Amino acid sequence: MSGLLRTEPYIINIGPQHPSTHGGMHVEAVMDGEEIVDVIVHLGYVHRSVEKIAESRTYTQFIPYAARLDYMATNLPAWGYAAAAEKLLGLTVPERAQYIRVIMGELSRIASHMMFVGSLAIDLAATTGLLYCLRDRERIMDMFEMTSGQRLLASYMRIGGVSHDLPEEFFPAINSFLADVPRMLEEYNGLIIGNEILQARCNGIGILPAETAIAYGVTGPNLRASGVDYDLRRDDPYGFYDRFDFKVAVAQKGDCMARLMVRLEEIEQSARIISQALEQMPEGDIIGKVPKVLKAEKDREVYHRIESAKGELGYYLLADGTDKPARLHVRAPSFVNLMVLPIISRGGKLQDIITNIATLDPVLGESDR
Amino acid sequence: MVLKKPVPPASPDEDVEQLARHNIIVTTLEKLWNWGRARSFWPLNYGCNCCPIELLAASGARFDISRYGYEVFRASPRQADLLLVAGPISLKMAPVVQRVYEQMPSPKWVLAMGNCATSGGPFRDGYSIYPGADALFKVDVYVPGCPPRPEALFHGLLELKQKVEQGNY
Amino acid sequence: MIPNSNEEAINQILNSMDHRVQPYEDPFFQGLRVEPADLLQLMLLLQDQAGMNYLADITATDRKEEFEVTYHLYAIPDNQMKIVIKTRVPRDAAELPSVFTVYPTSDWQEREIFDLMGIRFSGHPNLVRVLLPDEFEGHPLRKDFRKEG
Repeated sequence: MSGLLRTEPYIINIGPQHPSTHGGMHVEAVMDGEEIVDVIVHLGYVHRSVEKIAESRTYTQFIPYAARLDYMATNLPAWGYAAAAEKLLGLTVPERAQYIRVIMGELSRIASHMMFVGSLAIDLAATTGLLYCLRDRERIMDMFEMTSGQRLLASYMRIGGVSHDLPEEFFPAINSFLADVPRMLEEYNGLIIGNEILQARCNGIGILPAETAIAYGVTGPNLRASGVDYDLRRDDPYGFYDRFDFKVAVAQKGDCMARLMVRLEEIEQSARIISQALEQMPEGDIIGKVPKVLKAEKDREVYHRIESAKGELGYYLLADGTDKPARLHVRAPSFVNLMVLPIISRGGKLQDIITNIATLDPVLGESDR
Repeated sequence: MVLKKPVPPASPDEDVEQLARHNIIVTTLEKLWNWGRARSFWPLNYGCNCCPIELLAASGARFDISRYGYEVFRASPRQADLLLVAGPISLKMAPVVQRVYEQMPSPKWVLAMGNCATSGGPFRDGYSIYPGADALFKVDVYVPGCPPRPEALFHGLLELKQKVEQGNY
Repeated sequence: MIPNSNEEAINQILNSMDHRVQPYEDPFFQGLRVEPADLLQLMLLLQDQAGMNYLADITATDRKEEFEVTYHLYAIPDNQMKIVIKTRVPRDAAELPSVFTVYPTSDWQEREIFDLMGIRFSGHPNLVRVLLPDEFEGHPLRKDFRKEG
């Protein structure tokens, strides 16, 4: 700054009522002219006291709350919770149910990533992109409705398995969806990713170095976009993921474009996993032997983690001998991922904050719980 | 040509009907404004949580909120007249939504979308959620559901349209 | 099962801390119990000598007379060893050293525990509430928290 001119930093508030904040998040951008000096994030606008509510719900009654944590990919947090409860209670899940869980979980991951692409597009004011992604996502919503009766927040998982078997009409729907995934990705590549403006706004923006990512506990596609090859489905397998052949998407640059490309690759790989699961799935029960009242012995605890669409989603459960948990803690990937928002935004411009938030892909429901 | 002698109308409505046959509409300005308002709500971009995702789906191509005229989502409360309270109102969010409501110019309407906005929903016995949007301001239409389907949202919007057309606000 | 080299690293760390760290049985993790005063040193050693570079989760539980804080540690990307560390603080003097200097991911996670459980973390750069409004009174996840109104 010129020595003759005295300047002061200026704070611009983004949110909590704002179209691009992915829910209710308040971001204060401390600006020195056009450049960002610091970003202060305020959370808690969607705090629904889920962990306290869990202490007055039975293990089964908590499943709808788990689904409402990450509402973009509902089956994944519900699966994570059901698996944590099964670990705590010492229950086994039949094979068919595990395969169904994988199929539903990967469909949820695809739905979440499609919404990611669409919301990135609309945050950068490319409205058409959102319409294309919503149209394709509707097919997944239809499949959820076929199996569980609910479009968005399917409480499909049960402790010990799933609630209903896959109906007849599910199979032609999912086969035609899987056949169309390459065409959808080509459309996104052409319409959204190939757009010069989007490339200018994403290339080289918001670079997250790998060591910073690990130090701050960033996981999921954000970590893989910074060059760290770590995916819980391969490295700490659960739910039969070790039976599937799939590639883990990794990018090197760690910028917004890398985070976008990693998720697009993951859509393709999820479709591959679903095809393999459909082929390998045996006939059988969809729910295991589960006692009427679910209780675990006092002081037994587990920490179970899954690779959710946003990163490592962990559940800490502590039992006290009754049918309700003594403590349930959700390790939310979005809460931890958002910690790096100030770091990747410093030195950038104001509009880069929007791109950074969009590509970190937070879901405020799970970040605030 | 012989002009017919005008017959005095038995009631004011008959007068209107006679005029309507001659392609003349008589109304009050208020009715005209309400007719227009009901067909062009400008919702505010507001939402926390799962319900706005169904709102987003409602504005997509399959459900298409545009066919009712309500696709003009405004980011600024100064330009919006419909507050779709989608999602729970937490302790931190309550002053925000209150302020946003006060910033909206009259006439304005509130539609509580989802169980959380109607009554606190599944989080009612928690310590951090208000028991519904009507704890903060007057709500015109409640749309229950967790989340309500886009069709349910449209039903709610059409109820609101009827309410506004009849001047019931 | 924990491979030999990692077990050696753990044993070395336990020895170097004069057995102030107590291993305990856990079906899924290598369990370690430690006093609050030794927590930071244990974390530093685990990161430097055992390669545990990723703190996944910090959880606080209300155990009536005490609060118990649990840390889950992993190593990215080789993911061979899984460690859980437990420490307890008395209810009326609930203070722990912050591990922010070793694992920056504890920044908001410790703030959340301060917000909801009321445990203070000394040395934390910015210990303020994160999920509840600043003027909120009380710590809701405590078992004796009662909602009024």
